[in-house]
Amino acid sequence: MELARRLPTGTRALRLSPVFLFLGAACVFLLVGSLESTVFAQQTVSGVALGAVYGSLALALVLIYRATEVINFAQGEMAMATTYVAYQLMLWGLSYWEAFFITLAVAFAFGGVVQLVFIRPVQHKSVIAVVIVTVGLFILIDGLVAWKWGADLKFMPAPFGNHVYKLGGVAVSRQDLGTIAITLASVVLLWALFRFTKLGLGMRAAALRPASAALVGVRVDRMLAIGWGLAAVLGAVAGLMTEPAVFVLQPTLMQPVLLYGFAAAVLGGLDSPVGAVVGGIAIGVFLNLVGQYVHFVTSEVRLPVAFAVLLLVLLIKPTGLFGRKRLRKV
Amino acid sequence: MRTRLAPIASLVVAAVVLAALPFALSAYHQALAAQVATFFIAILGLDILTGYTGQISIGHGAFMAIGGYTTAILSRDHHMNLVLTMLIALAICFICGLLVGLPALRLSGVYLALATFALAVSVPQIPLKFSKYLGGSGGVQTAKTVSHLWLYGASWTAAAIAFVLGWLVLRGRTGRAFRAIRDSEVAAASSGVGLPIYKTLAFGISAAFAGVAGSFYVLGTNGFAQPNEFSVLLSLQILIGAAVAGLGSLWGLLAGAAFVGLLPTISSDVPVIGSTHGQDVVFGLIVILVMLVLPNGVAGLLARLSRLRARA
Amino acid sequence: MAPLLELTDVEARYGPVQALYGVTLTVAEGEIVAVLGANGAGKTTMLRAISGTVDRSGAVTFGGKALPGVPEAVANLGVAHVPEGRGTFAELTVWENLRLGAYTRRGALKDDFARVQQYFPWIERRRSQQAGTLSGGEQQMLALARAFMQRPRLLLLDEPSLGLAPILVSEVFRIVRELNEQEGVSVLVVEQNAHIALQAAENAYVLEVGRVALSGPAADLQRHESVRKSYLGY
Repeated sequence: MELARRLPTGTRALRLSPVFLFLGAACVFLLVGSLESTVFAQQTVSGVALGAVYGSLALALVLIYRATEVINFAQGEMAMATTYVAYQLMLWGLSYWEAFFITLAVAFAFGGVVQLVFIRPVQHKSVIAVVIVTVGLFILIDGLVAWKWGADLKFMPAPFGNHVYKLGGVAVSRQDLGTIAITLASVVLLWALFRFTKLGLGMRAAALRPASAALVGVRVDRMLAIGWGLAAVLGAVAGLMTEPAVFVLQPTLMQPVLLYGFAAAVLGGLDSPVGAVVGGIAIGVFLNLVGQYVHFVTSEVRLPVAFAVLLLVLLIKPTGLFGRKRLRKV
Repeated sequence: MRTRLAPIASLVVAAVVLAALPFALSAYHQALAAQVATFFIAILGLDILTGYTGQISIGHGAFMAIGGYTTAILSRDHHMNLVLTMLIALAICFICGLLVGLPALRLSGVYLALATFALAVSVPQIPLKFSKYLGGSGGVQTAKTVSHLWLYGASWTAAAIAFVLGWLVLRGRTGRAFRAIRDSEVAAASSGVGLPIYKTLAFGISAAFAGVAGSFYVLGTNGFAQPNEFSVLLSLQILIGAAVAGLGSLWGLLAGAAFVGLLPTISSDVPVIGSTHGQDVVFGLIVILVMLVLPNGVAGLLARLSRLRARA
Repeated sequence: MAPLLELTDVEARYGPVQALYGVTLTVAEGEIVAVLGANGAGKTTMLRAISGTVDRSGAVTFGGKALPGVPEAVANLGVAHVPEGRGTFAELTVWENLRLGAYTRRGALKDDFARVQQYFPWIERRRSQQAGTLSGGEQQMLALARAFMQRPRLLLLDEPSLGLAPILVSEVFRIVRELNEQEGVSVLVVEQNAHIALQAAENAYVLEVGRVALSGPAADLQRHESVRKSYLGY
């Protein structure tokens, strides 16, 4: 299937590629279905909220991948750790939102420090070594959190309460709306950073062509550390929005989210931030709807189903929905 | 893997040590050693795939699961001889590997890695869904269990056979083709190397090795095959083992297998942090440190040392 | 007056392979210096040694002070390196490329953009165009414009004529001379097109196999027997 060659980012040309047509058709389908059935609409909305969280984590993964060609296996655990930090801050008496923003700052520093201490020494030597370091970090962080706070279930106050709105007969929880709003805000802020600021431009340059960026004076290593910091902030948001959705805090909080995040990132194309978010939402909505209407899909099959869809998409488009095709004729 | 006198001598030494070892070890330690052999076979398989044809897989836990469950089910339902089940597991996994290798041709690099990761996540869930035949979360138990000594002997014999097989494959025409593919796919194809055949073949061989490892893995856990034994963590362990091993060195493979097979157990005895969480902290830290110090694995270290010796 | 740039016995290597064997060279303030040589002579390596993109030993001073061997620092000190391949960010727009050129500068850039337009009037029209879709000549101009945005004291140019039609090559060197005369930018240009390089430069060097084989005023080298035979073709 010959797909329209996608020009690299920067052009504002509108492309009627099959991917956009497909997504457009999907949106129409969701709209029609939601108007027809309240259950459909409810599953769609909560699917979007769920997917927004997957998309946040996927975006974090894509950020790091674009800058360093590395998959950060520890992204989920870093997000989980920062959620525990928020928990601790609240235990010490801070309000939810005070803890929220302080946690974001802590996450930024955490991400930067991780890059500096663990990744920088190996990043130029071997990609596989860096990946293994992130796997080691996964295990290490998991152990540290469980050691410091214990593996038992903890409870955090709900940021948006438990109120459920009724919009035209459709039950929509305040939590879901809040999740969508917060993740949307963080994604938009990040986009604005990259698009409009000098720092953002420097980071893009460092990710695209590190050698050329160094020549114009961009401190490439510093940009990488900042990138990791921003990815950690996205992860923190994902963690803080996952906890109320599952009602408890425990060390395994982000492990399924990480897996769905991987699926979303690959689905969208590993070098596409837009793809990560779209992929996340797509997976969230798809799983909810399929779980509702297809009886084969029970809870233990959700993850394999997500990955089966992913594998299917990869067979058709090996670099994901929005990924760039690397032409390599043999 | 080179063919010079020194490596052959080291092989002989290794064989002698391994043959003598069980008499010095308790049953518990024999079981540990068998676990090292199990990982050795799996890591060797992954090494052939990733190290030699450059196709990254984080999904070998899935093939181990298939092999392990094959052994468990054939034993439980048909009371089949265990070695026979392993041979069948080998064949089945070889075919599965070919089946995975074919679509894998379309994927490259990190996309392939994550696609195989998808397998690692999904395959262990299958017994949960089809619990009637595959045992569900309760698992499948073999008809008979084996002694630790038998396990030690069988697993290390299999490891030796696997190593010899791997060595034969890699030094011949197939091996040259594999190495050509790793170094440059475009150049290899232009030289007439049938890319699809060799890449798929590599997957098949690699999966077959993992399947046999899976059988031993199940036997090592009292003949009990369970979904959570074959979690994502297992695939990651094999990957870690292969990274620690590095490329193309027997001692590297042994080091990698020992690292993954022994370290978690040893680190659980660390008193300071104690308990399961301490074990994770220690294991994670050591994995990171090893990668920081030896980014090209033990094989890389050995290569550097031999270069230093050559210059001296 | 002390030279702006001074290389003394600079050596450089790519891993185990040595590329420069003790190069000594100076660029005076306000000068254009040309470096000629065949392929593999070490011209590109020499520029890389200055900007710190290759491992080097030996002394490199800029404005009397030692030049650090780190590209980011070198850029901040006022050296703009336009590498072979131009170092253009093909995925970004023309405007973003220019903006990156000015990365080391603080304060408002309006004046700089205005000046860039004086030298490259077509740039304003194309500011939202993706840099990778520009023609070869335009990309070279963009690279010069980007370097100029940095307001460097020294401009390092690596084979600006590469792949360009003769009329564009003349245009490029015309702009380089203008930048030198009007803006006071010193230039160290590496070239295989000896003819045009010697016409533009005050002083020139010839590199052979990583060493300086000849040096002197450009006019003298133009008349030099072996230079004529090897590089000027007559």
